Amino acid sequence: MSLDHSDVKKIAHLARMALDESQVDAYAEDLSKILGLVEQLEAAETHAIEPMSHPLHMAQRLRVDEVTEEDCRDENQAIAPSVVNGLYLVPKVIE
Amino acid sequence: MQWETVIGLEVHTQLATKSKIFSGASIAYGADPNTQACIIDLGFPGVLPVLNEAVVDMALIFGLAINAEIGPRSVFARKNYFYPDLPKGYQISQFELPIVGKGSLTIDLEDGSQKVIGITRAHLEEDAGKSLHEDFHGMSGIDLNRTGTPLLEIVSEPDMRSIKEAVAYARKIHQLVVYLGICDGNMQEGSFRVDANLSIRPFGQDAFGTRTELKNLNSFRFMERALNFELERQIDLLEGGGKVVQETRLYDADRDETRSMRSKEEANDYRYFPDPDLLPVEINDQQLQRARQNMPELPDQKRQRFESDYSLSSADALMLTQSRHQADFFEKVVSSGGDAKMAANWVTVELTGALNKAGIALSQSPVTPEQVGGLLERIADNTLSGKLAKQVFEAMWNGEGDADKVIEAKGLKQITDSGQIETIIDEIIANNPKQVEQFRAGKDKLLGFFVGQVMKQTQGKANPGQVNKILLGKLKG
Repeated sequence: MSLDHSDVKKIAHLARMALDESQVDAYAEDLSKILGLVEQLEAAETHAIEPMSHPLHMAQRLRVDEVTEEDCRDENQAIAPSVVNGLYLVPKVIE
Repeated sequence: MQWETVIGLEVHTQLATKSKIFSGASIAYGADPNTQACIIDLGFPGVLPVLNEAVVDMALIFGLAINAEIGPRSVFARKNYFYPDLPKGYQISQFELPIVGKGSLTIDLEDGSQKVIGITRAHLEEDAGKSLHEDFHGMSGIDLNRTGTPLLEIVSEPDMRSIKEAVAYARKIHQLVVYLGICDGNMQEGSFRVDANLSIRPFGQDAFGTRTELKNLNSFRFMERALNFELERQIDLLEGGGKVVQETRLYDADRDETRSMRSKEEANDYRYFPDPDLLPVEINDQQLQRARQNMPELPDQKRQRFESDYSLSSADALMLTQSRHQADFFEKVVSSGGDAKMAANWVTVELTGALNKAGIALSQSPVTPEQVGGLLERIADNTLSGKLAKQVFEAMWNGEGDADKVIEAKGLKQITDSGQIETIIDEIIANNPKQVEQFRAGKDKLLGFFVGQVMKQTQGKANPGQVNKILLGKLKG
């Protein structure tokens, strides 16, 4: 499977990556090679193998339901570009 | 053309834990913006989410309550999209292996019939933050306190065939999660949110029509209105030769209409994949056993028990079991001396009426179930007539103490001494010869006049049954 020009642009948009027009062909080629590798993997015989969602053979550890975090708003917001009344300010996004 | 409505619902319930699904930050509602958003919620680099065990227990209780397939493994996945209220750029949700699989729920319809609605799945996920769009000079304000609040998203099959069925199903899910104690059910605060998928098709056609998804249905009333609007909109479109476009629409309660959110097609390309930060969740027998033990009596079971144990009508049993709190209140009234049928009446009529009038919830009732029980005992032993009981209830409501104390203090004890009642009646008959004559001439309605006179003389304390009986005897004789 190979990706064309428009596939690459769509993926870049979904990932919110600014892609220069001149870079698109190179990405199309590289990403297609990755898909080629996946195709190669798919050829392997896996019928008798249970799929894994994680490479470790372990189950998720669970936490007791307790509030352990304190208010660290000031520290957390120190690196924010814009803050008003405790709110983070971002360019307006409204649908 | 006759159209058939097809509806499926997605219900988001915030789970009533203390802390978030993957972090130890509080989920208490109403805190100052961003004071409950820790670095895990904010998606700082290098942090690791750890699953809250209470969230798993609550999901299991829900799964058992709808007889669902559960486990043995469940996997968290990343749902990728960009929005400012989702700082990580993905929401941790579940995709291929949700914690709760196929189940079902029986709903009651207005005509008394029942219908089984299929539940496709219920999966765990984290809630997003809130965007505030007003007053920031062209910017949006972001509060991330809600980020990471545990959600159980309950997805139904497209099994509902009318708006009434959809509302009945949503109400039943609401009742169930509140009963189970896994959600506070507060729709105003967003603890219980409904999205609806609606499509129409000509009667008799198998294939579904194109559906639209309605968001922002934050009350049952709005949900009904939004669905009605959307149904009419789709019918008008199709009958006018147009086509329904698959899209997400937002309900605007102020204008009572739904509006397209104009999302681009690709916005829904979520690219789910298993979250490498979280290992698969394994559900063992011990956890299931614990969930079974923690499972309270369900509304339908309670309703049947109320009918058989207390000989209540099915209407009374249904009304009393609408909320677990009300059902518990009723049982406490009965155990503290109240007759069951009378208790059902007092709880659903007098008490509910007083609560509605005061605009408060049952949990804030100034009258305790023990006090109502004590009052009912005094009705049963004839100390109080129904009318006097209402006066005592009002006094108890105003904090004047238990029934016995109020009866004593106000001298409200019913007069049941027939000799005393007779004396009063004789006097009234002697003083009103004209009315007596008219009554004897056939003007039966005047009985009310005489009863009124007796009650006036006794400040309403004479036993009404005795008054009627003695009056009739004397007037006719």
